[in-house]
Amino acid sequence: MSDTDGRRWHDMGGQSAGEIPQEGHDFALWEKRVDALMVLCGGKGLFTVDGLRRALEDMGEDAFEKHSYYERWIASVNQNLIEAGTYSLEELGRKMDEVADRGATYGAAQRDG
Amino acid sequence: MARPMARRSVMAERVRVKAMMPPGHVRAPAYLRGKTGIIERALGTFGNPEQLAYGHAAEKKQLYRVRFTMAELWGDGAETPEDTVDAEIYDHWLEKV
Amino acid sequence: MPHDHHDHLSPSGHPYRPDNDGPLTYWQRMEIAVRELLIEKGVVTPAEISTQIDAMDARSPANGAAVVARAWTDPEFKSRLLADASAASREMGFDIGPLNLIAVENTDTVHNLIVCTLCSCYPRNLLGLPPDWYKTREYRSRAVREPRAVLREFGVTLPDNVQVRVHDSTADMRYIVLPARPDGTDQLDQGALAELVTRDSMIGMGLPRKPL
Repeated sequence: MSDTDGRRWHDMGGQSAGEIPQEGHDFALWEKRVDALMVLCGGKGLFTVDGLRRALEDMGEDAFEKHSYYERWIASVNQNLIEAGTYSLEELGRKMDEVADRGATYGAAQRDG
Repeated sequence: MARPMARRSVMAERVRVKAMMPPGHVRAPAYLRGKTGIIERALGTFGNPEQLAYGHAAEKKQLYRVRFTMAELWGDGAETPEDTVDAEIYDHWLEKV
Repeated sequence: MPHDHHDHLSPSGHPYRPDNDGPLTYWQRMEIAVRELLIEKGVVTPAEISTQIDAMDARSPANGAAVVARAWTDPEFKSRLLADASAASREMGFDIGPLNLIAVENTDTVHNLIVCTLCSCYPRNLLGLPPDWYKTREYRSRAVREPRAVLREFGVTLPDNVQVRVHDSTADMRYIVLPARPDGTDQLDQGALAELVTRDSMIGMGLPRKPL
């Protein structure tokens, strides 16, 4: 049996933690595209920022530790679009394989090469 | 017994954040639950994020900025007891003290 | 084959990380696939995506610095800023969309600091994208409990008579700190004043630069 005090992992205020990592990075093109899709689809009413946050929270702490910010955000955008019925998992799976077949790098995998 | 927030002027009123711990998307941080603060300002009404997060039409809820002292939040271990934290809390999470 | 004009230098002057040459990751495959499906289904167009990327690139701390510099030199603008920071930003011509902005003022006796403990809410429509450190577990955990220790890590030590006010961006508001105007700047114009305003000073995790 297990128990919990009910605090969810993302609810971090007041927890103990170490020194703040101060390194930053410039955003890659693919990350900027994730951000743009998030803003555009939210603006078109396909999902809300609340739905995006909820999906991120439901991914669990492991995702926060293992995956970068925009890796989690594209996963959340996708989760919300699937829930909205914008496309199906079958369509997405086929398309992701098609993308991989184009080439082994981000540049090579673009539709226009 | 807890009294709900009334829709009237509530500036500087003492309020307590409800200590409930529902397992879903809420915007009342755990470190504030059960804590007492004062209303710093009313912010107007906004769609309830707890409904929007699950794809439902949202009721409008009153939102307040509530100010807490570090002493209230962290007790004797507070870094500086008179420093404060302000957070935005929806009225269904607040009860009058 | 049209050249993608985003391939050169990023707004900070650094080259984009060489993603185009690294091995394609699962997440990048997902981004490409999601984007192409959305375009095929007529939800978005490539032009809308480019325009949105450009719009975000145009948003930077320089916008906030301009607002701060005006507040430092124009007391009536400063009053309007403190009463309704969204309206004041729009008054200066910044397209901030639906941002609900609150400006909080640093004084001789109050220092403000902004955090989002629950995620990474930030006034991005005015200041651009937040720094990586703002989104870390360490910052989100500690800023509401030991703000002065966090400030010292960032090189800021406050006098004993200064109260720290932390603002946790938990719902629909976003925040910008109006830093205190540095001494010895009476002769500087708004443009020169804006140069002193750093991004970190508008989060409350730094102070403005001193004049040369």
